[in-house]
Amino acid sequence: MDRANRTHRIDPLPGHPIRLLEQFRFQYMAPKSIFLSRLTRSLGGLMILMIAFASLARAQSVVPPQIAMINDAIEQGWADYEITPAKEADDAVWCRRVFLDIIGRIPSLEEQQEFAADRGGNRRAKLVDRLLHDDRYTEEYANHWATVWSNLLIGRGGGMDRRDLTNRDGMMKYLRDSFAENKSYDRMVYELVTAEGATKPGAPGFNGAVNFLVGKVNEEKAVLAASSVSRIFLGQQVQCTQCHNHPFNDWKQQKFWEFNSFFRQTRALRRFVDGTRDVDYAELVSEDYAGEAGDPNDALVFYEMRNGLTRVAYPVFTDGTEISKSGYVDDVNRRHELGRLMMDSQSLDRMAINRYWSMFLGYGFTKPIDDMGPHNNPTHPQLLDDLANAFRGSSYNVKDLITWLTLSRPYSLAAVLGSNNQIDDPSIGETPKFSRFYLRQMSAEQLYQSLVSASGGNATGTYEQQEKKRREWLRQFVVTFGTDEGDEATTFDGSIPQALMLFNGELTQNATSTKPGSFLDRLSQSGKSTRDRLNLLYKAGLSRQPTKREVALAGELYRARGGKEIEMLQDVWWAILNSNEFIMQH
Amino acid sequence: MISPWKTPSGMSRRHFMNHLAGSSAAASAALTMGGAIAANAEEMRRNRKSAIMLWMGGGPPTIDMWDLKPGAPTGGPFQPISTTGDMQICEHLPMVAKQMHNLSIVRSMSTREADHNRGRYYMHTGFVPNPNIEHPSYGAVVAHELMSQRPELEIPPFVTIGGASAGPGFLGMAWSPFAVTSSGRIRNLDMKLDGMRLRQRMAALQEIESGFANRTRDLPAGEHGKVLKKTFDLMTSSQMEAFRVEKEDEKTKERYGTNGFGQGCLLARRLVEGGVPFIEVDLGGWDLHNNVHQTLADTKLPQLDKAMSALVEDLEQRGLLQDTAIIWMGEFGRTPRINQNAGRDHWARSWSCVVGGAGIQGGLAVGETSSDGTAVESEPFSSEDLMATVCKGLSISLDTTFMSKNRRPMKIANGGKVISELVA
Repeated sequence: MDRANRTHRIDPLPGHPIRLLEQFRFQYMAPKSIFLSRLTRSLGGLMILMIAFASLARAQSVVPPQIAMINDAIEQGWADYEITPAKEADDAVWCRRVFLDIIGRIPSLEEQQEFAADRGGNRRAKLVDRLLHDDRYTEEYANHWATVWSNLLIGRGGGMDRRDLTNRDGMMKYLRDSFAENKSYDRMVYELVTAEGATKPGAPGFNGAVNFLVGKVNEEKAVLAASSVSRIFLGQQVQCTQCHNHPFNDWKQQKFWEFNSFFRQTRALRRFVDGTRDVDYAELVSEDYAGEAGDPNDALVFYEMRNGLTRVAYPVFTDGTEISKSGYVDDVNRRHELGRLMMDSQSLDRMAINRYWSMFLGYGFTKPIDDMGPHNNPTHPQLLDDLANAFRGSSYNVKDLITWLTLSRPYSLAAVLGSNNQIDDPSIGETPKFSRFYLRQMSAEQLYQSLVSASGGNATGTYEQQEKKRREWLRQFVVTFGTDEGDEATTFDGSIPQALMLFNGELTQNATSTKPGSFLDRLSQSGKSTRDRLNLLYKAGLSRQPTKREVALAGELYRARGGKEIEMLQDVWWAILNSNEFIMQH
Repeated sequence: MISPWKTPSGMSRRHFMNHLAGSSAAASAALTMGGAIAANAEEMRRNRKSAIMLWMGGGPPTIDMWDLKPGAPTGGPFQPISTTGDMQICEHLPMVAKQMHNLSIVRSMSTREADHNRGRYYMHTGFVPNPNIEHPSYGAVVAHELMSQRPELEIPPFVTIGGASAGPGFLGMAWSPFAVTSSGRIRNLDMKLDGMRLRQRMAALQEIESGFANRTRDLPAGEHGKVLKKTFDLMTSSQMEAFRVEKEDEKTKERYGTNGFGQGCLLARRLVEGGVPFIEVDLGGWDLHNNVHQTLADTKLPQLDKAMSALVEDLEQRGLLQDTAIIWMGEFGRTPRINQNAGRDHWARSWSCVVGGAGIQGGLAVGETSSDGTAVESEPFSSEDLMATVCKGLSISLDTTFMSKNRRPMKIANGGKVISELVA
């Protein structure tokens, strides 16, 4: 097969390689920053210095000490396990990676060229800075993170059913606005937990943040509201403890109902279209709560233990802090109190770090990421705590956190499992050591945006029209389990339905179209030669040049298509878009 | 089907074949249908086993269905009726009652997982969830073990209808459930390209695939190629006819019930006939914390009664039941005690599953619960035991051991013990 390949040469190829996007050596970090990190640590005034450096970092291109902190801790782990990390990912692959993680799609050819053309130092830092702070990416950044968080807060199916009180547009609008203005993480959490108002954009008193809880408070005594807030923001899985003491963490049934009590003043009210029984939108309100014994001054809830005995609970935060027992909103707004207590909780910081770390590094410090506590030891406990403190120290600036993560050493490594880090394979149950970039599937949303971008960008229609199309497409992968808790799964998991969609689906049809003005049409009119255009195609989809064998195969396709170059490009582009290398984040 | 093979111009046939053989995607169907295998196909068809799981998502109140406690404070309003088997069941399952000679109830299921996700995982795999390892589910295990009986199968061996089932775990993506709706319609199946050109594209694709898998040396990269092969097989296979449930006559559709679950069961029968070794059909909505008995009497039980009875009856009439195991279960049962909302909550300590078909004895009620249903009073059985029983019924050896990705041997059905009353 090899020999056969070598005998073939694509006819219109020039004899020299095209230097379109060259590979560059990456200089990671000046020794100075390591020194600084050690200094700060030894001084003990870590936090103050970190805040100072964080603000200096952008202006002076100093690597923030938080990054050194990550690198030191992770490298120590490699030393302890006597493993050697993968080599650095090459620049083009890293560029693709960071586009996917920060704004949710692969870079265009032009964007790759812009990155490659930057010959100054700190190229990677500058790219991260552009993606986070340049106006031209604000919308995509906000939209990507709004999508990620919508899926976390209301599930992929939330607001998709007509009977559902949740309004997905409202949720997205709130989150897009929040991410566009880089709202601090703690503020966003506080707003989501305490929000009151209408679900639907344009409705009187609209407050999109209410969509997080509006579908979780009316039924089953707001059990879902309690379990979602504690799981998503505090990393505490309590859903089992509604019925019994948790078998392996220290949550007791009592604690669940105490936490649940914070949500009992909250109601979701239906607002109807005038003169009809059609629900127009919903409103999340706080109402005086009389408790289950009918005394608003002593608004208690009952719960039943497994042995049939009934017990009483009042609002008490997870750390034991009690608040007033009154159910009158004027005396005490229970969700405001909860929000306040959450802001002081270290669990908030640790959960945020664990979540963002897993989003960028592929695995969290615990597995699952949202089940933290003494029963579930983190892989890098000190780093988790230090990063949590640093995040709080940065006033919960999410863009700073993303900067630390994407410019860290573990994030920069190649996605290669080598003989020197063989044991670093979390997919077989080993604890992650972050000695390579873990290969993973793009999310359905990332793939969608990447395919749209690969069809030549310039999506048509208003935001609403585009969003509707995107949502319809995404919906095909959602499967629900038919439980009260709204559990759902995705069939977007690399299995056959996904492969069929990529083989034959409309998105692929569009992306591989050769109509005038399409990506392939424009490509076929650029470049100097067939080889040149083939290179561009591989660059656009895979951020690399084709191998010799791939060039040879393209030559065969060229002949099989009777010398019609655009049809050969179409075949190759189809193959690229369907490949593991395209659909994976690596 | 695909257009006949032709050598592309400008390329040696042998050379192009090499690419395709490498990809295996295009060539396999043609190459494996050799004479020897074809000769054995009839023999194999006669002996091949299948399984259908009826999955009751949310946790069904089995105390109101299969193990009634009339008169007990926990009993609820339903009355038991006689069946063609050696047991009584709920009055709202009259048609299933006529099939009970084919089915047995295990009344002494006793498990520990009363959370939906954990229970779903445990009942599907025989293992309690462990964050460090993903165990293969029933469908993946059965399909994996029974595939050798059907080398000609080109459609997915593990199909889930109207639900997500559970994943293939360490057996790999190639054994993951193929999810369809009860209409049997499959999106994006249309190949808008001639077969010749598709094969050539597959060759180009394979080159990228294997290059990437070799460079990263990571499992997911290689697994993807197997899925591509299955996808290609399925797109080009006439066996996809099995999914066309709309071809059944109206009377049959009506008999199963014109709802998702009814049509799903009908589709499952077609898929068994089409050679698929494992099919799961989902009926959700059993999470009845409120108003349990009215919901059961009005919707859930009539739906189940129609579909389940029609399925068993059809399989028997067609001579398929003796080779097709039926497994009816959810993630757990529901509390004997009726709560203040006239509902029942999650309960795993004492509940029932129903099995039958293949080598599994029908007509029996195995095990007993206490007079109020709160405790098992005979030998308790677990998910592992039930799975072992089903495997035995399907003539799958219980000595089968899988090697997990981190090289830990895993016994099939987690080493569960066979429920001796049910299989010889």
